[in-house]
Amino acid sequence: MNEIKTQRPLAGKRILVGKPGLDGHDIGAKIVALTLRDAGAEVIYTGLRRTPQQIAQVAVDEGVDAVGLSILSGSHKELVADVLAQLRALTAGNIKVFVGGTIPRADQALLREMGVAAVFTADMPLDVVVAELAHQLS
Amino acid sequence: MNMREKPAVVREPVMTSVSRSGIPVPASVDAGAVHPENIGQPGEYPFTRGIFPDGYNGRLWTIRQYSGFGTAEESNERYKFLLAQGQTGLSVALDLPTQCGYDPTHPMARPEIGKVGVSLSNLSEAEILFQGLDLSKISTSFTINGTAAIIYAMYLAVADKQGVPREKLTGTIQNDILKEYVARGTWIFPVRPSMRLIADSILYSNDVSPRFNAISIAGAHVRDAGATAAEEMAYTLANGLAYVEELRRRGGDVEKFAKRLSFFFYVHMDFFDEIAKFRAGRRLWARLMKERYGVKDPKAQHFRFGVVCGGSSLVAPQPYNNVVRVAVETMAAVFGGAQSIFTCALDEAFQIPTEFSAELAVRTQQILAFESGIGRTVDPLGGSYFVEQHTDCMEEMITKVMSEIDAYGGVIPAIEDGWMQLRLAERGLERKLDADAGKNVIVGQNFFKKENEEIGVRELFTLDPTVAQRALEKFQRVLDTRQQSAVDVALTKLSAAAAKDRENVMPYLIDCCHAYATVGEMVSCLKNQWGEFKEPVNL
Repeated sequence: MNEIKTQRPLAGKRILVGKPGLDGHDIGAKIVALTLRDAGAEVIYTGLRRTPQQIAQVAVDEGVDAVGLSILSGSHKELVADVLAQLRALTAGNIKVFVGGTIPRADQALLREMGVAAVFTADMPLDVVVAELAHQLS
Repeated sequence: MNMREKPAVVREPVMTSVSRSGIPVPASVDAGAVHPENIGQPGEYPFTRGIFPDGYNGRLWTIRQYSGFGTAEESNERYKFLLAQGQTGLSVALDLPTQCGYDPTHPMARPEIGKVGVSLSNLSEAEILFQGLDLSKISTSFTINGTAAIIYAMYLAVADKQGVPREKLTGTIQNDILKEYVARGTWIFPVRPSMRLIADSILYSNDVSPRFNAISIAGAHVRDAGATAAEEMAYTLANGLAYVEELRRRGGDVEKFAKRLSFFFYVHMDFFDEIAKFRAGRRLWARLMKERYGVKDPKAQHFRFGVVCGGSSLVAPQPYNNVVRVAVETMAAVFGGAQSIFTCALDEAFQIPTEFSAELAVRTQQILAFESGIGRTVDPLGGSYFVEQHTDCMEEMITKVMSEIDAYGGVIPAIEDGWMQLRLAERGLERKLDADAGKNVIVGQNFFKKENEEIGVRELFTLDPTVAQRALEKFQRVLDTRQQSAVDVALTKLSAAAAKDRENVMPYLIDCCHAYATVGEMVSCLKNQWGEFKEPVNL
């Protein structure tokens, strides 16, 4: 992690971390937000209970490079599909969308087919998460 | 996966001489570590050794599995299955719309109906949920907070309908809003009116359903989010004291209401940290009750608690290892003197448990309870040089964290300002970095990994995709068949009661339930009077 702090691989990137839906488990979102900031990104965190429409709007208004969605309630398919649709509706389909949370393996493939850039789960090291974001956003 | 994985490095884990809570653990401890005056006898003040003189001989811990999903019909079936397996209490999981106070028809609710628990939008669903279950015989625990008073009102209304006297009801509503603001997120109203609602429900319950626990002050969620065992206990005791103060402000008699306060914790993998945490917490609470509030009745000094074993200590890689983790944690809970135990299923880290994994979790407890004999003698570790020393160190650490919260001005300002939330997030990050760096060994995740491992178990749980549609249809039928004028009257009276600071809203909530008012309608009424919590988002 010290490598991340010194090399700042996400310097210059703006990233929105969002909690769509009613899921209140926000520690993962906060850990990732703090980590991305340590990696040099400018991070905006939405707080709890945002609608997909609100998240897409903030992403566009803030001109972010990527949106990270944290979902642990099992509603990832519906909520992610909705966020992707709302971004496209705002002609912002180019913004990369990442998903983190309790996502069963089969659904991870499904989310990537829907257009999600990568899916992260709790057992993944944070430097792997940062490296993947840096690669995708380069 | 095309993640930027680094090549696996073969490493051997190192045993550290510091516990997960940060307490130094020497290789050997001698007799000088034991201070008998701190320990006492089982069933006697300060209850370090347990609240009952005979431990589990008088009564085994309650085997209580958290369960509930889909519609009331499906959950009712699962409850009957679990009771037939020998489970002794029900624990109801509710879906997020019910927990956050939205009806199934609300746009926020749609994708979440029946997902993490059962949808309980109005009395008719509760009637189905408890059909064929005698509420005078079973004890029911609800993991409900933001809408706890409403769900309690609904439970009383079901009992009324079944003809069960309210005073016979046993069970628990979690009803602990403070930790929701910090770690679990199902808050609705601002902190202060929420405290009032909780006091209303506790005071009402003490009078009409005296065997029912109207609050379970929970450290489990801050723990799972990143707090250490010592911090978990410290936050929980501090929250407990905040409720005591609110109840006293409302005219409650601590000698009476303290008997019905109960607590709820996680058990993770540092075996002796967990045992010491419970022994120290029990002693601290008894002292606070006696010394700060002059409580005389030992029952009102008792620190009664349930636990959940597993949670974030369980991981997705090599999931069958989780069975072993849960067994170790359950032993710690028993040596700590827990009154009820919930064992997580092995697949809980990534899905709703299947019947297979849910049954295995119950069997784990039954094997420990009936085969191993670990519960025969009360507090069998009492007097151990190491355990007593570790308990003393744990107590010191808990007290230190509590004084930091006091120094900030207490839990309510600490939460309103987002201070506790930020502190916890930083701690969560620290724990994650320690795991990533291999400082905390997690077998199968950061050590002893298998290459190209397929994560998951053979049997997968699948939720019926028609759940939401069926819930919506039933909901519409209730709206069509109920007597609207009765609903309107009940809701108007609820609003009026909520507007008065000293009026107890419980009787009005019960009337609303009987009239088939919905959870969303009742919550809207209260929101109109009290407003909504504004989450401090300061990272």
